[in-house]
Order: sequence, then structure tokens, then C-alpha cells
Amino acid sequence: MDIHEFQAKDLLQRYGLRTPRGGLARSIDEAGARARELRGSACVVKAQILAGGRGKAGGIKLARSVEAVEGMAAELLGSTLVTAQTGPGGKPVKAVYVEEKIEAAREMYLAVLVDRGAGRVAFLGAAEGGEDIEETAAREAGKLKRLIIDPNTGLVADEARAFAASLDLAGEPAKAAADLMAGLYEAFVELDASLIEINPLVLTEAGDLLAVDVKMSFDDNALFRHPQIAELRDREEDDPGEVEAARYEINYVRLDGDIGCMVNGAGLALATIDLIKQRGGRPADFMDVRPVVTRQQVATGFKMILRNPKVKAILVNMYGGGILRCDTIAEGIAAAVKEAGLKVPLVVRAAGTNMEIARKILTGQAIPAIFADDMAEAAERAVAAAGETMEGRAS
Amino acid sequence: MAILADKNTKVICQGLTGAQASFHCEQAIAYGTQIVGGVTPGKGGTRHLQLPVFDTVARAVAETGADASLVFVPPRAAADAMIEAIDAEVPLVVCVTERVPVQDMVRVRRRLEDSNTRLIGPNSQGIITPEQCKIGIMPGHIHFPGKIGIASRSASLTYEAVGQCGDARLGQSSVVGIGGDPVHGLGFVDCLELFLRDPQTEGILLIGEIGGSAEEEAAAFIAAEKPKKPIAAFVAGLYSETGRRMGHAGTVNVFGHGGAESKIEALRSAGVHIAPNAAEIGATMRQAMRG
Repeated sequence: MDIHEFQAKDLLQRYGLRTPRGGLARSIDEAGARARELRGSACVVKAQILAGGRGKAGGIKLARSVEAVEGMAAELLGSTLVTAQTGPGGKPVKAVYVEEKIEAAREMYLAVLVDRGAGRVAFLGAAEGGEDIEETAAREAGKLKRLIIDPNTGLVADEARAFAASLDLAGEPAKAAADLMAGLYEAFVELDASLIEINPLVLTEAGDLLAVDVKMSFDDNALFRHPQIAELRDREEDDPGEVEAARYEINYVRLDGDIGCMVNGAGLALATIDLIKQRGGRPADFMDVRPVVTRQQVATGFKMILRNPKVKAILVNMYGGGILRCDTIAEGIAAAVKEAGLKVPLVVRAAGTNMEIARKILTGQAIPAIFADDMAEAAERAVAAAGETMEGRAS
Repeated sequence: MAILADKNTKVICQGLTGAQASFHCEQAIAYGTQIVGGVTPGKGGTRHLQLPVFDTVARAVAETGADASLVFVPPRAAADAMIEAIDAEVPLVVCVTERVPVQDMVRVRRRLEDSNTRLIGPNSQGIITPEQCKIGIMPGHIHFPGKIGIASRSASLTYEAVGQCGDARLGQSSVVGIGGDPVHGLGFVDCLELFLRDPQTEGILLIGEIGGSAEEEAAAFIAAEKPKKPIAAFVAGLYSETGRRMGHAGTVNVFGHGGAESKIEALRSAGVHIAPNAAEIGATMRQAMRG
């Protein structure tokens, strides 16, 4: 789960993070009020959306007067911001953060995450941060410093100081950085975060360290022990389809193609999408019905695919095994079709436990499924079916 | 021979009395696995599925001589259950639980480093040695004994791969699900080491997916070891958008690492035969075996 910049700053201030002065505004008047509170400082107006890449997409603007702040807020509020990370649909801007402009002596990068290889929490840092950090890191891996933390000891002070020194910090700023790292580590572990990323972490001429932008994400699987964090979720930003799917414990990601997919298992679902694309098709979604799925969950998922107006063909790829049997999926599909109808071609590939029964159920309920014997045939038939539907509509 | 589990392996199940654990343990027993007892705190002294139930893993191990534990415990208690099994010095621990908090797994991994226990999972379908022992939730009937060792990050793709290997008349020595979570026990390199040492295993199949660097680490190991046994691999997620979460918690990319293309390239240059898509896993393994 991701939270907004303003939420992350608010939360992490309690752990010793220092940020520029600023406040949230949901209207033009509020933006003006926030600017007046900053008493004539130059301001930065920042769109609050749950995606990075805002700066390059015009979501962060500099304003030198209260009127200019109001003008920027008017431009951003209610608009849809498309960044490199939002997907083509973009994200609606419902709030802006108005913050004093900080003159940087140097912009650094600092992040806390779980290092998968080490299986431990780690800090990543770079003496030179900013918007191009990913490119810099890809080009010169040596510039990205890493400190892996032993969970038995936590972050030890001298490790933190050495890490600060590796970011070319000395004296007071180095001590401030080590203290900041201690606070971030505490927050990360205490709140079950999955990422805290400060970019840039600004060193001012006066020697202060200020977090100008902060991204923070949490481990969804640990939210059960952090109800106060779970409340920070901005449900309006979530895709309504993804929210509905999550309620039925289906993993779902909307994509922009026209072949609706339902697969059991995440790996098989990824591989099915790969095959569709290799055969020249475009998947409309990633849908993984989990192994403990029920008939009703399948029906809900299938109706979500049926409701998507872009869908021109549907591909169901199921491998029955363990608790999940193919007949459960077939019954769910049959129930959904009975309720919502089926106007596009349906390609079904069933393998594993009770695959024959699945075929019988669909045939018995007069559902016009095209059966495929393996994944490749299924993908080819679905791609062909989507193409034919398209031609049919065009003529 | 096989790796990690065979017909002599004695298995206890932590959480045996739960509904899903009961279902899968009955299946495992029917498959021929020696399930010798269960652990459910508070239910020690009772019996379930005609098996003795104990309050602690240590007690269960002492009474039954078990050398493996199947952890079937809900997410919030799974880490403590794994640590209990590690502390009881159980040689093999298999955790099928999904959605274990990542930082709980950081604690488990740390405990594991100071032990001789091998952990499979969490979020794994487990391990099967065909017609000998099944510790997990995989369908037993699709497997048959043979010379291919399989290690996989995805349960559903493993079933697909096992099915295709069967169609290509390639049986399996052992099949291990290393799990789809970011922090887990046994990795590809551990499995490779075990399969390379196992005389029954003559070829190895790796099933990977986007996210993390397990495939790159496997590639580096293979490039350094230059094993004589042929190795084939499939990596899922070639066409997935980076940075968006699909399915497994493991499939999130940070900093552009973990893309399928770089994984495939690393494996290919290490001499691994790459399946071009999931429909050709069996055929690719077959070709690799022909050399």
C-alpha cells in the first residue's frame, strides 16, 4: 500500500525526519492560505498522487507569489496527471502540497527497503540524488551505496556514521544523517514498511538535512497489525475493479488490451499474458484466481471481465491441482454467464484435476466455449477470436 | 535417491487440526508420505486423522522421530511456527502459508542462518519426490519418477511444467517450490547444488519469474560451476509492465532490476536452455537432455 507524500512526511516527522515548511491544500483558497503562512518565501506546489515521476510530468511547479501559488493550484487541482509511472490513464489530482522552496547545496538520495538477496532490511544511498537517480544507478552502480542491517542488532550507530561518510557528509550533517537513519530504521520496522524513499534529501548551505520528497509504502500482508496505517489508504485512487477483486481475494491488474484473461496462479497468469503478446494479442487484464477460490469468487471475477467494454475475447487458462479443481472454475463461469450473458468468444484451456468435468459442465450448460488442449493453442485461438470480433465490428 | 525428502522422511504438520491442513495431510498420506503427527498448541494429547497431536514441535520430534515439518499456520503466526521448528532443529521445514509479512521473514531468515535447518517457502507448494513423499499442496497424480529435478518460484507454473515434462516422457527426481515471496528459505542456487550432487537427477529445470535477482544468482552460479548436467529454464513476465504489482509479492521491481529479459539473458549466456514461452517448457527440457 502506498501513501501520499504529505502523509509520509507527517508520519515520519514523528521519527525525526525534517522537512521543509508546508501544508496540504484541497482548494485554491486553501493553497493561497498555505502560501501566506510561508510569509513570502518562494513556494513549490506539488500534486499529491500515488505515483512517482511527477516533476517531469509537470506535477511540481515553482511559484514566487501567493497569486502564482493560487494559479498553479487552479491548474493542478481537478486535473489528471500522466507520469511515467501512472499508466496512460493518469491519476486525478485532488490535493496539492504547498511547500517553501529550498535552495540546495547538494541533492542526495536515501532509501530503506528489504534487500531480497540478503533477506534483510537495507539502506540505499547516493551522494547525488534527484530525478535521474535510477538512470545514474543503472549507469554507475558504484554510486549507489548499500548498507545491510542485521536484524539481531538493528542499525548500529557506527555503521550509520560510516554510511553517512560514504555519502560525502562530514561534521554536523553527517551526525544528522546518522540520526535520520536511526529514525527511519525504527519507522520501517515498527510500521512494517516496504519502502521509504527520500529523493531528494537536500543538504542546505546552512548544513541542514531536509527531506524534500518522500515516498512510503507498506507491506499489505502486515496491515492487519497496523489499523492506523491501513486508514491512510486513499481508496479513491485505487482502480475500482482492483478494489472489488481484492474483496473477493482475486489478484487483478487492469491492462489496456482486449483479451480478458482468467488464470489460476500468478506465475501461470504472467506466462499466459506473455503468450498472448507473443502471438500478437493484447491482454485486457491480469487476473489470478487463487488456489482456495470458490465458485462464487470465480463468478465475480468472470463478471468483471464481461463488464469490461474493451474485451473482444476471453481466455480462461486453468490448471487444477491441490484444493482447486477445474470443475469449480467451470461452475463459476457458468453461473456468471447465466447472469450476465456472453457476447464475445470464450476460449477455455483446462488441465489437471477434473478437466473433463469442467468441459462437461460448460458444454452441458450450452456455453459456447472454444476448447484448447494446451496454452499455445489457447492463446492463438483467443488472439484470432479477438481479431475477428474487431473486424466484425468494423464492417 | 532424490533431494531433501524420500520414502524414509517422517513428517509432522504444524497446524494439522485446521481444515486445509487436514485435507492436504490426508492427500499426502494417501500418496504414501509418512505423516507421523501434528502440532497444535493446546491440543497436545489428542488425536487427529488417527495421528498423535502435540503442543510443541520439540515434543513431537522427540516422540515421533520426525525429520521434516510442514507448516500450515495462518500468516500472523507462521513466522513463529517456522522459528519453533528451526529451534527444535528439524532438518527440513516446508511452509505453504501465503501472505506472511516480509519483515517476519527477515527474522526467520536470520534464525535460519545460525541453524542447520533447510526451509522451503513460505508461499510455496512444497516439495514432492514422486511416488515416495509429498510435503505440500501439489497434486500428486501429475508427477512420476524420473531424472529431472525441478525448482520453481510459481506453483501453477510448476504444475504446467510437470505436466509438459510428463508429455515429453520426462519423470522427476524431486520438485521443489521455492515460493514467490521476496524473502524465503531455499533458493535456486541451493536447489542447483542439491540436484547436481544427486545421482538420480540428470537434468535440471528452473522456473523463474520477474522480480528479485534469484535467476541472475542462479546464472552466476551455473557460469562459475559449469555443471555437466543440462539445465533448462523458463522465466515468466517477459511482457509485464515494470513497477506494477502482479500476483506474488515477489514480483515488484525496484530500480529496473528483476526484468525478465535480463534474467533470460543471464541464464542463456551461462549455457542454460531457455523455453521461449510457457507452452514449450517440456520440449525445451527434452532438447536440453538430447544435448
